[in-house]
Amino acid sequence: MPEAVSDIEEQEQAVALLDGGGGPRDPVFGDDGGGEPWPPAGTPQSTYTVGMLVALGAIAMFFMALVSASVVHRGMPGSDWVPLHPPSILWVTSALAVASSLTLVRARRMFKAGAQDSFSRWWTATAVLGICFLSGQVLAWRQLVSAGLYLVSNPSVGFFYVFTAAHGLHLLGGVIALLWIGWRQSHGWRKSRGISPATATAVAALYWHFVTGLWLFLFSFFLIGG
Amino acid sequence: MSAHGHTVHVSAAPTGFIRKYVFSTDHKIIGIQYFFLALTSVVVGMLLSVLMRFHLLWPGAHVPFLQGGVMTQAQYLSLVTMHGTMMVFFVLTTAPQAGFGNYFLPIQIGAPDMAFPHLNMLSFWVTFLAFLSLMAAFFVPDGAPISGWTAYTPLSGIGQATGPGEGWGQTMWIVSISLFCLASLLGALNFIATLIDMRAPGMSLMRMPLTCWGWFVTAILTLLAFGVLLAGGILLFLDRTAGTSFFLPAGLVLTDQLQPHSGGSPLLWQHLFWFFGHPEVYIAILPGMGVASHVLSTFCRKPIFGYKAMVFAMNAIGILGFVVWGHHMFVSGMNPYSAFAFSVMTMAIGVPSAIKTFNWLGTLWGSRIHFEVPMLFALGFVSLFVSGGLSGLFLAQPAVDNLLHATYYVVAHFHLVMGVASIFGMFAATYFWFPKMFGRMMNPTLGKIHFWFTFVGAYCIFMPMHFLGLVGGIRRYADYSAISYLQPLRPLTMFVTFAAFVTVTAQLFFLFNLFWSLKKGAVAEKNPWHATTLEWTIPSPPPHDNFGGQYPSVYRGPYEFSVPGAREDFIPQDLEPSQLAAEARS
Repeated sequence: MPEAVSDIEEQEQAVALLDGGGGPRDPVFGDDGGGEPWPPAGTPQSTYTVGMLVALGAIAMFFMALVSASVVHRGMPGSDWVPLHPPSILWVTSALAVASSLTLVRARRMFKAGAQDSFSRWWTATAVLGICFLSGQVLAWRQLVSAGLYLVSNPSVGFFYVFTAAHGLHLLGGVIALLWIGWRQSHGWRKSRGISPATATAVAALYWHFVTGLWLFLFSFFLIGG
Repeated sequence: MSAHGHTVHVSAAPTGFIRKYVFSTDHKIIGIQYFFLALTSVVVGMLLSVLMRFHLLWPGAHVPFLQGGVMTQAQYLSLVTMHGTMMVFFVLTTAPQAGFGNYFLPIQIGAPDMAFPHLNMLSFWVTFLAFLSLMAAFFVPDGAPISGWTAYTPLSGIGQATGPGEGWGQTMWIVSISLFCLASLLGALNFIATLIDMRAPGMSLMRMPLTCWGWFVTAILTLLAFGVLLAGGILLFLDRTAGTSFFLPAGLVLTDQLQPHSGGSPLLWQHLFWFFGHPEVYIAILPGMGVASHVLSTFCRKPIFGYKAMVFAMNAIGILGFVVWGHHMFVSGMNPYSAFAFSVMTMAIGVPSAIKTFNWLGTLWGSRIHFEVPMLFALGFVSLFVSGGLSGLFLAQPAVDNLLHATYYVVAHFHLVMGVASIFGMFAATYFWFPKMFGRMMNPTLGKIHFWFTFVGAYCIFMPMHFLGLVGGIRRYADYSAISYLQPLRPLTMFVTFAAFVTVTAQLFFLFNLFWSLKKGAVAEKNPWHATTLEWTIPSPPPHDNFGGQYPSVYRGPYEFSVPGAREDFIPQDLEPSQLAAEARS
């Protein structure tokens, strides 16, 4: 069947057009996961970034559910919502959060420049600022408690505790990641096929900036709606 | 078929039993673990439904092993709750996606494993913990919860005072579901990262098998929906244990006691729950759609009709699935304009669903169908999806729904379309991939007996149930013997119950076939169905790193069947074009 053979040959030509010489190409996302050799030995480095972006999507969705729940709760007939004035210390913790993101930017620059000591200083400073932020959040809770405002006092207070606790847990996870990466960086990375130092710092930074941004969003939400 | 110089040793297989079969990071073992977890759950869920059907016919009968001997109404409700929860979460969400998806997604895209193997292991073990927590609800004081799989507040939000099972049982339920949410989120993350970043050279998105598209869209839905349920679950947990009032209104009086809650909203729970709950329906069915498309094309020996339209339709169903949750709440007193909007959106889902259905029919049209067991179940899937989906168009009308809400019509609808259709997708997947997973064929005769009993049985159970609903048979009632207007329908109820008993018994054919074939089935060759996708180019069962160090490149789409001029009626995705042309010339 001469006609039929030409079908196959056509297909071959089409593939040859796509084929840059080294193998068939993927027109959508690049052929092999970001220019790394295929198959990857373990998880490709670019995949950690993709995974983190996807995780941030899920975290954002979780917080958006809580935010919309509180907005709906406030608007429901029969709601006894009493606006809450956020404790003043949150201004301080917000400043700490912003500062921690700035020190992290600095640390990453030092990392890229290969200045190990400066990197360690700024990286550790970020983790310390994170711990200070968490301590500040605990102080904010104590301010509320001393004003007689508990989880059950009013839905607005309840939501405040839920938001700050959920955000604090996410930030705590970030602190642990920072400390782990800092420790690895000074004590040496395992030789196995895990995450590379460059990817680890990049992905941790992505998460940290997201958690800072999330806090600024939540804080402005408290201020507007509080 | 061919190797292209991608020779790499990815990782050595673990040797110890624990690392190899228990705490394994191999996606294939994890897939099998999910599969058997779902199998255990489906057996439990099915036995609960048998008890329920038995109780509906003979409410006063003596039941062995039951406290008090005769089933109470509360015990019946706890069966309803546990049956729904078990089936929706631990069967319909677990097997099609986490089970088969885990096993076959990496292989079908040519990857050595999931993107994050340790995270994958964690997902399974958290799911297992969730399963144990749910099972524990049977054994805590007062037993399992009675608030249904939807756990509507205020019934689920207060505690012991609202009834038996609402103390510890309901708490275990929330713990279980929250853990399940976490595990599903981790799993979805892994699926998406793998699919985006781990595809073999040449495996463009539009060359992926439709199974992969099904798992991809499902993973995105899971990622967006389960976070919302988790948020709701945390608030509900606080209402129960910390005394908050997120979902609990003021003025609730239970057994003459005014409850201390105030200002909360039960409707808020419904919104959060159904914002998760409706996409969940598609989480259950989309992998089945992928499998049905894949199997239909393979056994029609024809390319799938309208591949691009199929991809578009799956994505459209996924997107629309997020804007229709209100149709579960038509009777909640919502603004009629909102109801109208939800109704229109719901009916809009009919469009991509119809596209899929017509494309399945288009694939069948004019083909020489090979009636193998997986094909029978794929055809059954299409049939059940259409029959169950059509009644959804009726329920999408707020005026009709006001009448049919909380009747057996709804039960019949969602069992056909979400339950049985998805299960048929799973059966198709099991019969289709069993040879690859375990290296042996399942017995086709037993498979066909299993198919006909299950297919006819499912229709005998759920078709008459629509009529029970139409005449006002209310769901969740434990005892109908005192409702006079339903008495003429008792023979119909009896028919449904006997059909259920027969269908459940017929599942023994499947279970026997499954376990017998594991040991005694005919040895499977590499590609017993003459299929095209990458899993059929490697040994059955596949080696630890899937491709034995010889990683494929992909040159064509997934459904190249009966190509004119080709030597065989299927062209594997990784067959080099030069080799193909040489074969054709010879």
